[in-house]
Amino acid sequence: MTTNSLTTSQGAGRAGDKVFSGATLAAGCLILLVLFGVALFLVIQAIPALVAPPADIQGGHGFFAYIGPIVVGTLIAAVIALVIATPVAIGVALFISHYAPRKLASGLGYVVDLLAAIPSVVYGAWGAAFLAPQISPAYNWLASTMGWLPIFQGPASATGKTILTASIVLSVMVLPIITSLSREIFLQTPKLHEEAALALGATRWEMIKMAVLPFGRPGIVSAVMLGLGRALGETMAVALVLSSGVLTASLIQSGNQTIAAEIALNFPEASGLKVSTLIAAGLVLFVITLGVNMIARWIITRHKEFSGAN
Amino acid sequence: MSKRIDVKDLNVYYGSFLAVEGVNISIEAKSVTAFIGPSGCGKSTFLRTLNRMHEVLPGARVEGEVLLDGDNLYGAGVDPVTVRSQVGMVFQRPNPFPTMSIRDNVLAGVKLNNKRITKGAADALVEKSLRAANLWNEVKDRLEKPGSGLSGGQQQRLCIARAIAVEPQVILMDEPCSALDPISTLAVEDLINELKDEYTVVIVTHNMQQAARVSDKTAFFNIAGTGKPGKLIEFADTTTIFNNPSQKATEDYVSGRFG
Amino acid sequence: MTVTAPVARKRSALTKGQLPAFAPYVVLAVALVLGAAILALIGFNAFGWGLVSAILFTIGLVGWSAAVEGGRKSSDKLATCLIVGSFLVALLPLISVIWAVLVNGIPGIISPGFLTTSMNGVTGALDNKSVDEGTKVLGGIYHALLGTVQITLLATVISVPVGLLTAIYLVEYGNDRALARAITFFVDVMTGIPSIVAGLFAAAFFFAVVGPGTKTGAVAAVALSVLMIPVVVRSSEEMLKIVPNELREAAYALGVRKWRTILKVVIPTAISGIASGVTLAIARVIGETAPILVTAGFATTINNNVFGGWMASLPTFIYTQILNPTSPSNPDPSSQRAWGAALVLIILVMILNLGARLIARIFAPKAGR
Repeated sequence: MTTNSLTTSQGAGRAGDKVFSGATLAAGCLILLVLFGVALFLVIQAIPALVAPPADIQGGHGFFAYIGPIVVGTLIAAVIALVIATPVAIGVALFISHYAPRKLASGLGYVVDLLAAIPSVVYGAWGAAFLAPQISPAYNWLASTMGWLPIFQGPASATGKTILTASIVLSVMVLPIITSLSREIFLQTPKLHEEAALALGATRWEMIKMAVLPFGRPGIVSAVMLGLGRALGETMAVALVLSSGVLTASLIQSGNQTIAAEIALNFPEASGLKVSTLIAAGLVLFVITLGVNMIARWIITRHKEFSGAN
Repeated sequence: MSKRIDVKDLNVYYGSFLAVEGVNISIEAKSVTAFIGPSGCGKSTFLRTLNRMHEVLPGARVEGEVLLDGDNLYGAGVDPVTVRSQVGMVFQRPNPFPTMSIRDNVLAGVKLNNKRITKGAADALVEKSLRAANLWNEVKDRLEKPGSGLSGGQQQRLCIARAIAVEPQVILMDEPCSALDPISTLAVEDLINELKDEYTVVIVTHNMQQAARVSDKTAFFNIAGTGKPGKLIEFADTTTIFNNPSQKATEDYVSGRFG
Repeated sequence: MTVTAPVARKRSALTKGQLPAFAPYVVLAVALVLGAAILALIGFNAFGWGLVSAILFTIGLVGWSAAVEGGRKSSDKLATCLIVGSFLVALLPLISVIWAVLVNGIPGIISPGFLTTSMNGVTGALDNKSVDEGTKVLGGIYHALLGTVQITLLATVISVPVGLLTAIYLVEYGNDRALARAITFFVDVMTGIPSIVAGLFAAAFFFAVVGPGTKTGAVAAVALSVLMIPVVVRSSEEMLKIVPNELREAAYALGVRKWRTILKVVIPTAISGIASGVTLAIARVIGETAPILVTAGFATTINNNVFGGWMASLPTFIYTQILNPTSPSNPDPSSQRAWGAALVLIILVMILNLGARLIARIFAPKAGR
């Protein structure tokens, strides 16, 4: 056999393939590097605060005494936001997926997406300038009628700039996240299950209870977890709305603080050890949200494997 | 402008799964060869090894030789891209590029490879290819319109024109009419008959009448059962396969007793 | 399949135990009237009227239904009321925010020079004067607008190539390898990074590499890129995935190389979706405040250099004008400027969102059938 005529080919094209696939691979690795870098540089810059003598840290009792109350404040704000947002978000998702007329559904979905499009700083400004004064009479009422509950202990803040107001603003911000994810899950409910329920004579609500909600439960859980991740890390709604202070049980007095707002309020003027302290606080926030998000993603992937919907 | 294909002891694997086993076949230049057989017998898989398209799927590999006029497609240093520019392919569903006009679709093989071509040469190539695909008269007034606006049969002939424009030696067709209506099918079958004057054509089909109508030679593939490799059972003149097959399995299949 | 006839016959029997079709309207009218009456006793306001009427409507309709139709139908009605109600509740903040921004922002935006001047030389004394003597509010957002455009552009220039190439790797080359799965997982993780942490990362990185206290527009752009890249990757990935494999095979069969196939066939087919995804990603980061706050500092003057000096942006402008008014004793002029900036920002975001939809429609491959 003579030489194979098929081996003569343009080398330039082959090089193009190598260069291009190499570039895409490099881009992918860059993302891994960046995420690794996020963790690494936060740790490097945070170390001085972690090893500094306790008296040098703000508050004078070391980093963990400083960050502890703020972590609790962050959790309080995020949890209240979810308690408010979750039922509403599920209701909105059900409304769009199963109640609204077909033709309107996508338009209504877009309306909810508009909520997500509004920048957080605008929500913060709205919460501070509009919501807080409007809602402060309600706080007075809560303090006078339910003041025996520690969370509604008076005197209520006169400005309305409390952690509860901040949580309400946060709930508005996480609402579209939970809604859009739940809506997608609800729409994936197997039509056969729904029709089977309806064929048994179920009302629409019974059909939703029998077919849609059980199918969507893991999706709802992960949507709520993702909402939690957003609420934990949201800065502006709290920084602008909350008149911060020490950790207090009452939700209708000024006080409490969240990590993100603490960083935003203090970082621009910080220097030296204070910078390290705030970066360490950022690291704590990163670890918390990372954990929450990973649990949420894990639920989603586990769900995908057996739902067969994809 | 046409080459013969000789396949020697070809095994096709997907990962560790042996999909097609021990194929030996010689396909003459300037002829139409049909591959028939039940679903899943490996005829499409085998077809795709004739221009190394199977490699697009991860984990696919072959053992053995495929010789194109004596040159092994799987020889050391052979670039699959060179192979594919000599062995063209038409697919089951018409797949014109949706972002390109009819003209650009025909020129796709040239343009996507960044080959320089003058406007006059390009026009000539478009007309020649579309004429060869029996499509020129239908589209000559709307060459700048998107290819996806044509009917299914027209789209398939556009895809054939696109394959011809690269000036291949061999044209492989993977069930080219299965997504078409009877009239479009007829147009494509007529075209196949004309193409064999210049090209070696290999066609996979589910439709035995079609194999009988268009092909000079027919190869019958079969599998012993699920999970077993597909094998070439019989390869002979089309008239022999349909009227006087030597194998019992072939006779059962072409007489409609199974498959 | 002969169900139609019996169904039509049975229907009349089935409607027996039902509320009449006009029932919800009657209950609604009664609830509105009662609600107005109750509110008149404790001081009328529109929000309270709506709330009380909605509650009365729900009680009335569910109660009536329970009496006539029984428990199952009435709990269905209750669920419907709650679900529709939750949608209306969700609309409240949207309407309220947009209303607040319009009402407060329009005076700011129509004040002359608002879009064309910076805050250079605007002092608390000038603001006090404008309040005391009624002169016009000076100062504008030109520097912030310019900063936002520069920072966002740079972030886009960084994010789009990285994000798009990564998406191409995942879809075209990844083949579900361990590395591809790791990238997918960490892109998901990145989506959840709080924006302020992204800002801190960029700050920490530049503090370590360039020097402590490095704050420029470029640092902010890096911070925004950390937020933008995962969005670009996810949306481009989705768009590349829906390009039919047949088109890739068609190109390969013509002897076209993989990289040319991707650049000339796959990407052009998906370009509308990719472009609209990128536009949405820009819309997402253009309103980010926290990362810019910790990376670009505050500037009151025009800065044309992304790589040197502090830089203003619309979100941080809003933030500082509200939190630290130029004149602490008279915050109104600052507040007016902040709302004006908020209106401009919302308009920008809405234009980007609408633009994304338009792009998706205009550049979509034409079927032409």
